[in-house]
Amino acid sequence: MVTRTESDRTVAAEVAASVTDPELPMLTLADLGVLREVVVTGVGAVVVTITPTYSGCPALAEMRAELHHRLTRAGYDDVRIRTELSPPWSSSWITERGRRKLAEHGIHPPDDRAGPPTASGGPVPLTLGPPRRTVHCPRCDSAATERTSEFSATACKALYRCLDCREPFEYFKEI
Amino acid sequence: MSFDNAYEAIAETHPEGDARWAFGTGFDDPLSGVDTTVPEGVDTADLAAYCLMLGDDALLLSQRLTEWVTRAHELEDEMALANIALDLLGQARMLLSRAGSVEGAGRDEDALAYFRSEAEFRNVRLAELPMGDFGRTTASLLVFSTWRLALLNRLVGSADPVLAAIAAKAVKEVTYHREYAARWAVRLGDGTEYSAERLRAGFADVLPLVDELFAGHAVERRLAASGVAVDSTELREEFEQVLGQVCELATLRLPEVDRTGTVGGLAGRDGVHTEHLGYLLAEMQSLARSDPEATW
Repeated sequence: MVTRTESDRTVAAEVAASVTDPELPMLTLADLGVLREVVVTGVGAVVVTITPTYSGCPALAEMRAELHHRLTRAGYDDVRIRTELSPPWSSSWITERGRRKLAEHGIHPPDDRAGPPTASGGPVPLTLGPPRRTVHCPRCDSAATERTSEFSATACKALYRCLDCREPFEYFKEI
Repeated sequence: MSFDNAYEAIAETHPEGDARWAFGTGFDDPLSGVDTTVPEGVDTADLAAYCLMLGDDALLLSQRLTEWVTRAHELEDEMALANIALDLLGQARMLLSRAGSVEGAGRDEDALAYFRSEAEFRNVRLAELPMGDFGRTTASLLVFSTWRLALLNRLVGSADPVLAAIAAKAVKEVTYHREYAARWAVRLGDGTEYSAERLRAGFADVLPLVDELFAGHAVERRLAASGVAVDSTELREEFEQVLGQVCELATLRLPEVDRTGTVGGLAGRDGVHTEHLGYLLAEMQSLARSDPEATW
């Protein structure tokens, strides 16, 4: 029985970790840092804990459905998906592998040294100047890039363009 | 086999790879799986009312910002406004769900959003103000997000763990909203004479409603005493300081305006609203009210 639960845990963790983000299909939930915990609570019973990236992220419902679907197909008949809000998700939780895959797909990974201003207890300072990021074009590696919008097709990205190769690209922004 | 909602059940029968985009928009309880136990000693009626206030603020401004979709001057700004609206909608969903579950009368986020009438909404009147032109939208969003960020930043320390968690998440989002509005305020204010005039006219429409943001409310004061809520009267200094900083960079002198008063001491937090709210709700609620049994 112990062996069964042990292998159960490994299988459940592997299945859950392989589910991808519907809007960033190159990333698994594990790469994104959205998958917090997978606990096998009994034979065929598993509790998965995930956290939303943004409050209104429409992908969260899809992630939950997909986790449920995959784990049920893998033989778990009691699947529970928990949402954990605290501590809030941070882009610094994206794994090295996740960052590499983002870059390979033309999305600049977040620069976690560049902020956003973190809550220090005091008021959140207004920055207003240009963002403190070094952004190289993911296609031609030029450093001559400019931000066209701090918001893009999904909540988690900003929009940039390269002034050398003239291509627009997305930037995974820091939160 | 148990499902949290109908969409998971539908999704379950679909073979892998099958498109089920239509089911992915998610109208399930956004707090599902969150420990929503109310801390001991906290008055549940007050907590529900407070969550409703902060949730209604976010819901109505979100609805207003959405009106820009298909009409903004640049695709980039349209996406920005839609993204800000989406963040606020997410915050509203969590806060309304919290209000409903604490109230314990069986009302979920949809019941609260779609089946309340004007006098039952508890938002500040600024949130229901029509967006007008982009000058007014910029002024409105700057004022709202500056105030809300100061509020949320303090709410992170709330004695209610759910409010604290919602705030910690929302602080990061609203920081971006305020930056967006502040950058546009500088660009318009320090732009041409015409753009500065449009921004100034926008502020003239928004500023009359500012006092209400810092008026405080009996519910809020009672909860603030037990460390659950933020006393909004304490936010004014930070608000003025940030707004002053933006105005200086924008070379903008705020217009002198007559302040919109209360109605016998009552305002948005008591369900006393402007004439604009009814029209907003008519549009927002018509689909749900015409077919209350409909499922998405």
